Amino acid sequence: MLDSVIFYFFAGLAVISAILTVTRRNAVHSAIFLITALLATAGIFLQLRAEFLFIVQIILYVGGIMVLFVFVIMLVNLDLAVRQMQFARQKWVALLISLALAAQVGVMLWSTGKLPGQGLPVSQAISADKLPMNSEAVAHSLFSSYLLPFEIASVLLLVAMIGAVVMAKKRT
Amino acid sequence: MAKSTIAETGEKPHTLLGADELILNMGPQHPSTHGVLRVKLKLDGERVIGSECMIGYLHRGVEKIAENRSYQQFAPYVDRMDYVAAVSNGLGYCEAVEKLLVVEAPPRAKVIRTILTELQRIASHLLWLGTHALDIGALTPVFYCFREREEILKIFEKYCGARLTTHAFRIGGLQYEAYDTLEKDVERFCKAFESRITQYEDLLTQNRIWLGRTKGVGILKPAEAIALGATGPVLRGSGVKWDIRKAMPYAAYDQYKFEIPTGTTGDTYDRYLVRMEEMRQSRLICLQAIENIPAGPIMAKVGKVLKPPPGEVYHSIEAPKGELGYYVVSDGTVQPYRVRIRPPSFVNLESFDSMVRGHLVADVVAIIGTLDIVLGEVDR
Amino acid sequence: MQAVIQATLDFLKAYWAPLLCGLVIVAVLPLIAGYIVLVERKLMADMQARLGPMRVGPHGLLQPIADAVKLLIKEDIIPEDADKLVFWLAPVLSVGAALLSLAGLAIGPAFQVAKGINIGILFVVGVSAMGIYGIVLGGWASNSHYSLMGALRSSAQLVSYETAAGMALVSGLLFAGTLNVTSIVEAQRDQGIWFGLLAPVAFFTYLVASIAETNRAPFDLPEAESELVAGYMTEYSGFRWALYFLGEYTNMIVVASVATTLFLGGWLRPFPNTHWLNFLDFFPALMMFLIGVYCVMRAPKQPAKVQTLFMLAVAGLCFVLAFILVAPLLIPIAKPSLAAAVKPFADGILGSFWFLLKVSVYLYFFMWLRFTIPRYRFDQLMRLGWHFLIPLSIINVLVMGIAMIVGSYLHLAGGWLLLVTIPASVLALIVALYILSLEQKSAATEQARAASDSYAG
Repeated sequence: MLDSVIFYFFAGLAVISAILTVTRRNAVHSAIFLITALLATAGIFLQLRAEFLFIVQIILYVGGIMVLFVFVIMLVNLDLAVRQMQFARQKWVALLISLALAAQVGVMLWSTGKLPGQGLPVSQAISADKLPMNSEAVAHSLFSSYLLPFEIASVLLLVAMIGAVVMAKKRT
Repeated sequence: MAKSTIAETGEKPHTLLGADELILNMGPQHPSTHGVLRVKLKLDGERVIGSECMIGYLHRGVEKIAENRSYQQFAPYVDRMDYVAAVSNGLGYCEAVEKLLVVEAPPRAKVIRTILTELQRIASHLLWLGTHALDIGALTPVFYCFREREEILKIFEKYCGARLTTHAFRIGGLQYEAYDTLEKDVERFCKAFESRITQYEDLLTQNRIWLGRTKGVGILKPAEAIALGATGPVLRGSGVKWDIRKAMPYAAYDQYKFEIPTGTTGDTYDRYLVRMEEMRQSRLICLQAIENIPAGPIMAKVGKVLKPPPGEVYHSIEAPKGELGYYVVSDGTVQPYRVRIRPPSFVNLESFDSMVRGHLVADVVAIIGTLDIVLGEVDR
Repeated sequence: MQAVIQATLDFLKAYWAPLLCGLVIVAVLPLIAGYIVLVERKLMADMQARLGPMRVGPHGLLQPIADAVKLLIKEDIIPEDADKLVFWLAPVLSVGAALLSLAGLAIGPAFQVAKGINIGILFVVGVSAMGIYGIVLGGWASNSHYSLMGALRSSAQLVSYETAAGMALVSGLLFAGTLNVTSIVEAQRDQGIWFGLLAPVAFFTYLVASIAETNRAPFDLPEAESELVAGYMTEYSGFRWALYFLGEYTNMIVVASVATTLFLGGWLRPFPNTHWLNFLDFFPALMMFLIGVYCVMRAPKQPAKVQTLFMLAVAGLCFVLAFILVAPLLIPIAKPSLAAAVKPFADGILGSFWFLLKVSVYLYFFMWLRFTIPRYRFDQLMRLGWHFLIPLSIINVLVMGIAMIVGSYLHLAGGWLLLVTIPASVLALIVALYILSLEQKSAATEQARAASDSYAG
């Protein structure tokens, strides 16, 4: 029962924050609500005993990517953009598309809800000491089964870093 | 070689991205401008590309007041200019008027004047060191410096009753005889002071962060310094060996042996080293002086009412901050016709613009500190 | 309704210990942070040849309470065009992140809020990184250009040094083999040596990086008073400012605790495995006893009666603490049958004491550094972080890994690993210093070029 309460809390928080993210005029407020949505998602991960995923979500997404977003928002003068009404003419198309999408997702949820094993998290979770150790399991699989994607991802990040440094250097 | 001031180029509105130039105002009230100095900085991002010092917030009309006071009445006013080193101000003024009157203070007065002025030099440099270090971030040296300065101020208090605005000297000599334990007090202070200077040097001179904040910051080339009229440690830090105590000796300076320290590159670090060494040399002068204070009168024969013959005189001394000059014009009456004071800080402040160009905003504070300005003197 | 009450009771029964620890932390920490500020002021005064706060309470001991009351009753000023929501949120984020990261730390073997969490140290580091938002949003919400500049500089500094700190932690974690806080300390006990000794370069890097992380001198340019940009805290007054301050000092405790756990042996006493040094277990009690004796001896010499009484009260407190520290050790000697029952208490209490002692030493070093050396200019600060500390920490991870492999090849364990790790550390230092010298050469030529541009008379 506690599990459902916690889940509904985090899920509700995520949904409300997501809605607020797209409806705020002030860009910094949007960013803050996005952060809240990400934290709520991390909370759900934690509830599912995926501790490593929880902390990685916080360190990378909230602590890295969103910090970058916030920096950019603060450095760019957004007064002009806030006062303009953007995308005013696309309101109705947007409504139509989102209704269609919602209908699709609703049908999908309803049909999979009838399959066995789906639905809300179980109320009797396994106790913590019976789960495999999180970080060790992730590390083990990263360095054995998924070694090649890991290395390729690292090279990709390195290339991106070098590109960013080269682009940001002042031409002397 | 006229560089346009910021006022002429006009102020452009700033954007946060710094693509245009930004005018930053370091207001009259700021913890690090050592008084009410307003500095307008023209920035390109973080670099200073121009500056303008706006002074006058402490102007009290001292020179105008001088025209309506008698010569002796004006003497306490000069203390309030460089209030950090009041004794030197008094020395310069009294000697200037003595030149007008064509009298000389008796030898005993001259020696005691020298001792007190050198102690004042040490006190002024101590205050400079404490506040300069505090601006750069070293929180501790200021307390140690004030501990030493306290000893000197106690000596002044015992001598003339005041610590800060001393009015220690009179035209023609001294009013107060040296008190009984003056030599002993000065000797005790000087003996303890050597280890104290070593303490300050241990904290700062070889410190990597101190070197990083002061080396190469605020360079003033020798030709530039002379052209701008800089004097004192600012000039000597650039390598020019000019000290009025040696070039045109006054008081009893020709009797004592001391060195004139000079720097090599003219950056903040060199000026720091010059002032530290000057403190050591002042200490040596004091030690030499107290060994042999001549006996005799302390006041020359001047009348109660001073009416110097009409004429003019310019007399300058080596104040702790530079050349302090007094241009006194007499028209034969009891009040001077004009007293023009050449404050060292005022002229040194002119070098600020050339020293600060190309540096970061964080260095502005260090450069103001190294110039060792006192706004009371700059504005009068 | 019944189910809700039952569920709550089940929850409390299962998790009463961590909840209690959490409650203690939240209740006690503001007071502790206040007294750490008092200790800092007294220490600062001592190093500056003066006395520090002396008026409020005997020897200024009630100063933090007076400060807290003053800050609480101050007028709450919000700048006119400031964004009210964000202005309110920023200090809350700062303090919240710091307090939450405390939840992942184990102060003794028994005192941990997030008990047995698998990602221990990573949790602490990750959550405390969220404090950056407190700074950035605070600077932005103040609606002042200078506050924003200060906030951005401060957060840039934090982000830069986080990388170095993280890499330094990784070097230490190589020896621990696990992220779990309790297991790290147990690994140090099993190997018989503190990881700070095994990986000195990592410890040194973490030390420097943690000073920058907490915005302490010499890296406190963003919040220094004598600088132009007075920092993100300018517009905050009264209790909001107190929250920022609380967040900063809590952050200091957090980084000190992380360093203590990973590098200084956590709650282990020095030489935990040597049995003939077991008398060191009595050291905590002895220390508190001696402090109590000192207070008793100084009590009659106090100038006022209330100060004498207060000294005696402090002495009494020290004696009570000494008794608490020595009781779990003496009971097994007196009544051997109770030895097993008392052991967890002994471990818990003594462990907490050693942990707090090490954290205090670390914090003392922070404070000592603040009063002694000047502050770095911002570009010098960033240069130190990016051109020295990050290469150093990354190279250190590399060489430590190699050293461990060599060590396991040669079947070295515990203290013998020093034979491989010390040369590895020296190698890492040499390479990093070389990289720094390369950068300094290029920076010097750049500066020479810039200096010659200024107008020459």
